[in-house]
Amino acid sequence: MRVPLSWLKEFVDITLPVEDLAERLTRAGLECEGIERIGVEGADLPWDPEKIIIGSILEVRQHPNADRLVLADVDYGAGVPHTVVTGAPNLFPYKDKGRLPKPLKGVFAREGAELYDGHAEGWVKMRLKGRPVRGIMSDAMLCSEKELGLSEDHEGVLILPDDAPVGMPLRDYLGDIVLKFDVLPNMARCLSILGVAREIAALTGAPLRMPEMTVVEDGPPIEGRVRVTIEEPDLCPRFTATLIEGVAVGPSPLWMQRRLTMAGMRPINNIVDISNYVMLELGGPNHMFDADRVADQHLIIRLARPGERLVTLDNKEHNLDASLGGGMLPLLVCDPQGPLSLAGVMGGASSEVSAATTRVLLEVAVWDPTIIRRMSAALRARSEASKRFERGVDYELPPLVQRRALSLLQRIAGGRVAQGMVDNYPRPWQPVTLDLTPREVRRIVGISLSAAEIADLLRPLGFACDLIDDGAAVRVTAPSSRRDITMLADLCEEIARMYGYDRIPLTLMADALPEQRNNPSLELELRVRDLLAGAGLDEAITYSLTSMAAVAAVNPADADASLYLRLANPLTPEREYLRRSLLPTLLEALAQNLRERERVLLFEIGRVYLKRAPGSDDPRPEEPRRLALALAGRRYERSWHTPDETVMDFFDLKGIVETLLSRLNISGVQYVPLTDDPRFHPGRAARLERDGRVLGVIGEVHPDVCERLEIAAPRAMAAELDLELIGALVEPVRYRAISRYPATTQDLSLVAAITVPAAQVAATIRKYAGALLESLTLFDVYEGEQVGAGKRSLTYRLVFRAPDRTLNDAEIAKIRQKIVRGLEHDLGATIRG
Amino acid sequence: MALIDQLNQLEQEALAALERAADLTALAEWKSTYLGKQGALSRLSRGLGALPAEERPAAGARFNAARATLEQALERAEAQLKRAARQHAFEADRVDVTLPGRAPAIGRLHPTTQMLRTIYNVLGEMGFQVWESPEVETDEFNFQLLNMPPDHPARDMWDTFYVETGPGEPTLLLRTHTSPGQIYAMRANAPNPVRAILPGKCYRYEQVTARHEMQFFQVEGIAIGEQISFTDLKGTLVAFAERLYGKGVKTRFRPSYFPFTEPSVEFDIECFLCGGAGCRVCKHSGWLEILGAGMIHPTVLRNGGYDPEKVSGFAFGMGPERMAMLRYGIDDIRWFFSGDERFLQQF
Ligand SMILES: [Zn+2]
Repeated sequence: MRVPLSWLKEFVDITLPVEDLAERLTRAGLECEGIERIGVEGADLPWDPEKIIIGSILEVRQHPNADRLVLADVDYGAGVPHTVVTGAPNLFPYKDKGRLPKPLKGVFAREGAELYDGHAEGWVKMRLKGRPVRGIMSDAMLCSEKELGLSEDHEGVLILPDDAPVGMPLRDYLGDIVLKFDVLPNMARCLSILGVAREIAALTGAPLRMPEMTVVEDGPPIEGRVRVTIEEPDLCPRFTATLIEGVAVGPSPLWMQRRLTMAGMRPINNIVDISNYVMLELGGPNHMFDADRVADQHLIIRLARPGERLVTLDNKEHNLDASLGGGMLPLLVCDPQGPLSLAGVMGGASSEVSAATTRVLLEVAVWDPTIIRRMSAALRARSEASKRFERGVDYELPPLVQRRALSLLQRIAGGRVAQGMVDNYPRPWQPVTLDLTPREVRRIVGISLSAAEIADLLRPLGFACDLIDDGAAVRVTAPSSRRDITMLADLCEEIARMYGYDRIPLTLMADALPEQRNNPSLELELRVRDLLAGAGLDEAITYSLTSMAAVAAVNPADADASLYLRLANPLTPEREYLRRSLLPTLLEALAQNLRERERVLLFEIGRVYLKRAPGSDDPRPEEPRRLALALAGRRYERSWHTPDETVMDFFDLKGIVETLLSRLNISGVQYVPLTDDPRFHPGRAARLERDGRVLGVIGEVHPDVCERLEIAAPRAMAAELDLELIGALVEPVRYRAISRYPATTQDLSLVAAITVPAAQVAATIRKYAGALLESLTLFDVYEGEQVGAGKRSLTYRLVFRAPDRTLNDAEIAKIRQKIVRGLEHDLGATIRG
Repeated sequence: MALIDQLNQLEQEALAALERAADLTALAEWKSTYLGKQGALSRLSRGLGALPAEERPAAGARFNAARATLEQALERAEAQLKRAARQHAFEADRVDVTLPGRAPAIGRLHPTTQMLRTIYNVLGEMGFQVWESPEVETDEFNFQLLNMPPDHPARDMWDTFYVETGPGEPTLLLRTHTSPGQIYAMRANAPNPVRAILPGKCYRYEQVTARHEMQFFQVEGIAIGEQISFTDLKGTLVAFAERLYGKGVKTRFRPSYFPFTEPSVEFDIECFLCGGAGCRVCKHSGWLEILGAGMIHPTVLRNGGYDPEKVSGFAFGMGPERMAMLRYGIDDIRWFFSGDERFLQQF
């Protein structure tokens, strides 16, 4: 809501500086988002009071040396008229008519005045300098609206009303300040000058003034000449109508146009402008019909009937069916012949006021917010009127709006006002009355106030307050302008607001600490994040929404749209489906980063969204958490001390995953070769299993995927793990007693067929080594001529230790022999040493 | 020559010879020459037996003193040689200390994660515990139970992504705030008191710009009990702000509107970028909005299973990305979900 200060001051005296006023209102809940100055000090273009002055154009003459220029003699109060060279087309009709019988008023700028350049694109400031134009000195000008910053209009010079005082600085005549408010839904009453003024009056104690409302009812009585029938009283609790005849349609006065412009509305003609002006001023939307285009001057408020159509003001034709009422039939204002307008939302073209209109039928009504909201949403046309109706308009306001509008119409457009007003009020306002106790105020707000103090805080806002029960409570009745007040908590807010949020003391909760609980799921996330950051991975958070194309780039087999939750209203096709895997977005991030750097390691913890089976009790999808990892590039940062140029491969990622799982104390995870997953290299991928349950997958990204994602690295690695399952497998850490006896170390080198997995070799060693084997480390793998084709050698270091004694050589030799025989027997391995 | 004179002479000679010994080999040689079992000193000491008995103790003492002197001199010489040798080694070992070090590869947590942890820690100390809830929600939980029946005008405050559903299925949407979590936390605890933090990803149907994302995190907090009032809300939020922004930070409470709180409040801190003078970031107001809050609406309390006439409570909500943007001076929210290392590696 944009509120010109000059307009506000008609309703309430304001002595505070405007910044203080803005702060005061902000602290009372009406947030002032900005202060815009026009022409006054502090504006982007302040109008210099010495140099930009109202002038009177006395005579317009042809420029002797240029067809497209004229000379204007301007009196600006200096005694001697000043000649101005101008090309303004709107002065040409006055050319060479001698001294004008009725001089025109314009804005005269003297040399040195700062103005906007009328010819420049946008807002470029320039300083007026004297120079000869085609032989005649030009050191002053008449200004266009654009040059003053009033509008984009640079077609001609600004013509002011005849009564504009010559010699007055323009700053004092048109300068203004606009306060920009963010009006929240509960402050709908402040969607009007009156509403804002009422708040200011309540806060400052200044009296509230109402505007001029004088109407001369000089026409015949309205009774019998205008009829209103309400068929839907629940949707139209009140409908008033008046009639004014003999109006002249034309432009509205400059002051009204300026105020509408400053408030953000475009001036149209005097009738429409008055309608808008009164809506902004009092908060009561209204509609002006051309009375001659309303059959029988009979307005009928009813729901649409099958097959009805209406062309609205914006020249769009609508089928008036339930699609236009968001499931309800649209509510219409009709005449006996058919629909005239969409109630409270948009007028119809057929009954619109035109240049030929002489009789105006003025509608001021109150509508049900829901039907208005549905219609304006369906129409995708949220007008200034519907915005107010949706939030609830004061039931008692229509007569006031009628009088103010008629008063302005009569003053500006002329015409005779029919006596009386049709007021159809089937559902009168039911005032809300609440009994509020000091105890309740203390319970909610935390401050101790007496009933009398409570009443004193509420009365300035228009609440009627009576002390009841010997002063133990206040009976509060809300004014009709406060439809937002429905319960005690609403009153508590008003009390807190008026008392001042900043004056309310600070306390810390005194009640007992509520029962505390464990949160293993959060703790797991914390640990996993710390471990992975410690392992050198950076955490990414990517979008939960993705596209089928992005999914298909990673795995065409996953791009089955029927498996995915799809947005009904996506913003872009790139973010249309809720993801079922973190890999598409994380690999995308990997690819992007590899364009910038040689080494990238990323992880993400996030949810995936899995449809539930049909008929499930919970309509929401499952949202299990996943952990994804992606890395590629150099194993070490390029540096002077580590000339290692190697790039990361499968085992870099596997090492990270193994470390993570072991630090979480998850054991017994098997890496089962994964040869048929299109996301991964068939020889360098594994499925992680534990007791038949799949923890996830890990592998080198398939070269096809790398190609599609343009991953610029020889190898890229990725893993995706089920974080929920990982959480379920975490075992508590158990301390093992530390033996005081020395360890014995043995190295064992064996040759086995290349098809025997290393994990199986290790398991076999463990099996035969028994409980005395403290650790087993594979430290050499060799394939080549020395061991023969199809074979490889594996070398392990075995550390033995007993908890209760020093192991002797004989014992160790015995165990070693057992292991050797076991390896030979179970795996066909041969021992090299 | 008397034995003692011979001893004095030997001592002088030995000390002079020690001066000339330039390395450890020479020292070893010197040691065996003078101090060894067959060395000069031992040989000379055999003369002690020939002295008269009454002179023997004094002469013996003199011999011991001489041996001690020479041994100490040897120790000093050894130490000095070692020092010199080490000094030499140091020279050979000298490095350019301005060369870059070997950095351990330690990753970084996302700035949102870091902000969330800070929030959890501060609020955790006040007894608030984390509760999580779904991101894909029903209209009932995202709006209706939070005092926004269908057609409520406040629904305009949240532009919503809807999820396609089959005919007859309930409306599903992407939660526009973490407030549905309030209902879960309340229902799990009512009628007992509760203090909970509700964090998570939220979504808004909004064109993505430097200031607005379609996806963002939110953290809400609720405290419900029998004696909780607006003054507790104020005290808790100020304590929170002081932990995050420093003791004595200037704060401002102003009335606001949220359908699920009444009274509602917007909580501002003095802009720490301009010190309250006004700048681009605070839109020249001198204040930064960091939290929305209020006393939980009686309808919401009732929907959570509480009797609003017996218990009361407050709720507050904040945006960790926005807080991180302010803290680090980030000017574009889109970096948060870019996965771009140029961004991630700054925090
Ligand atoms: Zn600032």
